[in-house]
Amino acid sequence: MSEKQTKVEWDRLEAKPEFRALLSRKASFIIKATIFFMTYYLALPILVGYAPELMKTKVFGEVNIAYLFALSQFFMAWAMAFVYVRVASKWDREAAAVIADVK
Amino acid sequence: MSISLIMFIGFVALTLLITFWAAKRNTGASAYFAAGRSITGWQNGLAVAGDYMSAASFLGISGMICFSGYDGFMYSVGFLVAYITVLLVVAEPLRNAGKYTMADLLAYRLSPRPVRAMASLSTLTVSTFYMIAQMVGAGVIIERLIGLSFAPAVIGVGVLMLVYVVFGGMLATTWVQIIKALLLMAGAILLSYLVLQYHNFSLATFFDAVSKADYAGTAEPKNLLEPGLKFGVAVAGPWGPLDLVSLGLGLVLGTAGLPHILVRFYTVPDAKTARSSVVWAMAIIGVFYIMTTFFGFGAATILKKSLILTETGAPNPNMVAPILAQELGGELFFAFISAVAFATILAVVAGLTMSASASFAHDFYSNVIHHGKENRPGAEVKVARITAFVVGAVSIGIAIFLGPAVNAAFLVGLAFAVAASANLPVIIFSVFWKRFNTTGAVAGLVTGLVSAIGLILLSPNGLFGKAGAPFPLENPGIVSIPLGFLAAYLGTILTPRDLEAEAKFSELTVRAHTGLGSEKATAH
Repeated sequence: MSEKQTKVEWDRLEAKPEFRALLSRKASFIIKATIFFMTYYLALPILVGYAPELMKTKVFGEVNIAYLFALSQFFMAWAMAFVYVRVASKWDREAAAVIADVK
Repeated sequence: MSISLIMFIGFVALTLLITFWAAKRNTGASAYFAAGRSITGWQNGLAVAGDYMSAASFLGISGMICFSGYDGFMYSVGFLVAYITVLLVVAEPLRNAGKYTMADLLAYRLSPRPVRAMASLSTLTVSTFYMIAQMVGAGVIIERLIGLSFAPAVIGVGVLMLVYVVFGGMLATTWVQIIKALLLMAGAILLSYLVLQYHNFSLATFFDAVSKADYAGTAEPKNLLEPGLKFGVAVAGPWGPLDLVSLGLGLVLGTAGLPHILVRFYTVPDAKTARSSVVWAMAIIGVFYIMTTFFGFGAATILKKSLILTETGAPNPNMVAPILAQELGGELFFAFISAVAFATILAVVAGLTMSASASFAHDFYSNVIHHGKENRPGAEVKVARITAFVVGAVSIGIAIFLGPAVNAAFLVGLAFAVAASANLPVIIFSVFWKRFNTTGAVAGLVTGLVSAIGLILLSPNGLFGKAGAPFPLENPGIVSIPLGFLAAYLGTILTPRDLEAEAKFSELTVRAHTGLGSEKATAH
């Protein structure tokens, strides 16, 4: 850490309305996304564990709901990453604007 | 055997060349601990994926799917979904606010000495469990593949890994990991291709065969696509389904607290690259774990029981993938897959040693003992090198002492449980909760560590055996993770506010979310 950085007025930056707004948008996205993916993911072991007969229902040939639901988790994770990266690059620009006067 | 040996030697020679190249570039702490923060997004993505696709994943999960069918595939799912937690919550703040270790983020605004001491203890615990698991696996596999007996095999792996870490530091460790990840993906793709070719490239034929596979665990054929062969009530008793949920929680929340994964985000130039490296890792890891269904189920449909059972008729899960390669691709492919398994173990063990020794040197030696005064340049790197020796020697000793019979999956489970219960609650609270204080951090770390280890000792895998276990679940996550969060919360609200820590929260917040003042890449 160089001495130049200790002069940064962290409190002033943190109090900026545009930074506060960015934080609350970020928090809201992360909380909603976490609730969604945890629910979607935990539904798998819960259903497999407690409703095995339902999960054994065959859909295409021998392929059953259990396998398809497990496979869908991979695509859910990738979709989530895709959405997050898009939103986060918008946040990058907003964050850069917040600290533009210090850099 | 001789082809395997040539491939092993080829891999070792290549990695030693990399180590030699990296050693010349190791000038200073940032170069040694964080590869000069010069790793690009896709490179780090491969390295993260490589650290994650350990021998336990490749060999263990193919065996688990072959013998436990669908229930084994549940591990694969959890391993990928876990990266959403890393992506959303951990990677970017860590890169922005830390320097070399997980504890950097925790100690940012809390009392550094108690927090670093505990975080370092937790890091060493997780890394040691994980490493012993890999070492034991390595000993068993090398014994089977090149005919070296258990103790010399473990010592050989240990010595090579020390050469990478001590001389090559993070840069060599990262490149060894990248090469191994590429080899492993190539092997997995070829293996999956050969399985599909065997089934005439028809998914319908493939899944039909899986549903009628000659299930190795019982006398009669079972439908391996149906859940319940491992966690079902009929097999695992009334607690089976809850154990499955508990396992899922541990996997999804444990990854974001694994120190050897977290330190990888310090090797990239900025938070944006950290983010893109998680995405690269998710792409690679996802494809890999989907392929586990081809070679896991494939083995069950193709291999004769006698090939994958031991002489006593017990399942031999660790050898499923190499034997499948031998059956479908002959000796050359068998040698290649075996060499890949060996490379995997070496690379993962090196990554673990790197993160453990960095934590001891940076957290414990520099900050706890010497109060963060970096008055002797070079001392930190020197201590890290000595620690690598000690950690390596201790793990080799314990692995040889425990011997080949110890359950490697059990040790890996322990590492995930400690990471999820002790590390994750404290990481999340320190970034997102202003009121969080030192007592809360120490309480969370101690409770998570003690409850995860304690419950595993009381579980059916622990001290009292299957019948007498006081705690019915094999996976403690569903109890120990909430306990970790609760202790961190109660430790904070039951003690006075730490105004100094709260005052520094705005600094941490601005740093974590904008990257202002973060550690820069060093120019080469």
